[in-house]
Parts: sequence; structure tokens; C-alpha cells
Amino acid sequence: MDFNDIDLQIMRATQAGLPLVSKPYHAVAEQLNLPVETVMARFEAMQKNGVIRRIGAVPNHYKLGYIFNGMTVWNVPDARVDLLGEIIGRLPFVSHCYHRPRHLPDWNYNLFAMVHGKSEADVHHQIGQIVVLLGEFNLGHDVLYSTKILKKTGFRSGVKNEN
Amino acid sequence: MTKNYDEIDASLINHLQDGFPICDEPYLQVANELGLTEDDVLNRLKKLLENGTLTRFGALYHAEKMGGALTLAALKVPDADFEKVTEIVNAFPEVAHNYQRNHELNMWFVVATETPQQLDETLEKIERQTGLHVFNMPKINEYFVGLKLEA
Repeated sequence: MDFNDIDLQIMRATQAGLPLVSKPYHAVAEQLNLPVETVMARFEAMQKNGVIRRIGAVPNHYKLGYIFNGMTVWNVPDARVDLLGEIIGRLPFVSHCYHRPRHLPDWNYNLFAMVHGKSEADVHHQIGQIVVLLGEFNLGHDVLYSTKILKKTGFRSGVKNEN
Repeated sequence: MTKNYDEIDASLINHLQDGFPICDEPYLQVANELGLTEDDVLNRLKKLLENGTLTRFGALYHAEKMGGALTLAALKVPDADFEKVTEIVNAFPEVAHNYQRNHELNMWFVVATETPQQLDETLEKIERQTGLHVFNMPKINEYFVGLKLEA
């Protein structure tokens, strides 16, 4: 089954967070007037079909002391990008890792990895580790630092995403 | 900067980035796995959310799989126009985050809409209103999301 009306109700009820009570799924079920078995089954199903990426905690990197972050961008062979993305994405200091399209000639990078460190030296060291890991598949890279936050809001539309 | 979490918080945050059980008493299960009490887990989560150490705790929904659309886009903005272009881009409610970055592509923003069509329309409007080419970089694939803390 794909995304359905019950899923939409559950999503709307929980997109701000899961209740911090002993039986959170029961609380959601009560709020929506649904049997708790249905709510739990739909959570399972949505997790399985990927509508829910995962249930868990989203840390604020800055508050955790990781105040230096860089958007590292890499030019790797397209044929290898999934394999390399999996490896880079699992590094403990990488929060997000994506394959994105190139825009030649202005933009020749196809792999993005957000790295987070407690100092600028940390970030340089992390980039060095990625360089070593990618080896000959690193055809070029750059790191973009944010120099100013121009806008930061939550997502107010019907759908939400952690990014 | 003072540290607003302790070692137990760090292990809890790391644990909860790997997933959360779907069962009657999931906080109790997490507590048992970490050797804590259920109350301790709930109180720590409340505190970490209140002081902003965690931005969210719950299900992370995948916008695209629900019919929604999301992209990362960049602009090459001439320095003299930066303020004006910022105003134009930020005025779109569909633009969630916008950052200035140290590159020739100097403005990077995330656009989220309820449908792919709305996403295309928003990017077209931004091009029209700014007179700049939008470098649209939707993710083609996503790898593991998460950051592990040093305890």
C-alpha cells in the first residue's frame, strides 16, 4: 500500500514530533481516534516503504559544539558515486551525503557531504580523511562555508523534511 | 561555549539517530538498552528539546515519497545585487533555508513544495524575478543521514 489518508493523518499529527509519554503510539492513536494497532502498523509500513526515513532524534549541530561546518563537494566518477556516497555518508562527522547533478561548465561536482567539526582544523582534517578514502576517484573537490544565514525557517507546507 | 549535554545525553542522542522502536513502551525499551530508567530517558529528551540541543524528536518524513518535492538550488549573484536578490528569494514561502556561501555560486537555498509542479513553478518565478539562472541540484540519491557525537 502506498501513502494513504491514514498515513497523512498520522504524518500531520506527528510531524512536529512524537509525544514524550510512556506510550507515544497510544497517544497518537487516541488523538486520531484510531486503533493503536493501526497506528503502529502504519508506522511500520511507512518506515518499510521509505515514507518515514527513520524515527529518531535530529541534533542541532551548532548547539552540540560542532560550530564549524562545511559543505564539501566532490567530483567522482558517476559509475562509482553510489558506492563512494555510502562510504562517505557513514563517516561519523558527515551528517548528510547526497548525489546531485553537475551543471557544466560552472559546477562539476556530483557528491555533496556536509561535515561538522568543533574547530576549523577539525574540518580540514576531516576533508583530508575523505581525500584519502576517495583516492584516485577524487577528480576534484571544494568546500563551501556558509558566510551568512539569509533565511532559516521550518517547513510550513503539508510536507516536512529534515533538511 | 558551555556544553549543554553530558555523556549520557550523547549516548542517548547517538542511539536515537539509529532508530526508535515501534512497540507499546518504546522509551522503556530504549532505557533498558542504555541501562537508564524510562523517566530518565523522557526527562533527558524533554531537556534536550527545550534547550535546543535537539531540533526534533520523532518520525522523519520523506517529502518526495509523500508527493512533495524538495530541492537545493544555487545562484551566482553579482555582489552589488546581493541584498536585493536575497529579498526576492527569501520572500518565497517555499524557500525554507537560504545561505550565503564563499563560492562563485554564492547563494544556496532549499525549496520545498507539496508537488513537483509547484517546485518547477517556484524556480521559474525566482529566475524571472531575479533575472539569474537557477542551478537546480535535486538529490539523485541520498546516503546515510546522521552524525555521531564524541562522548
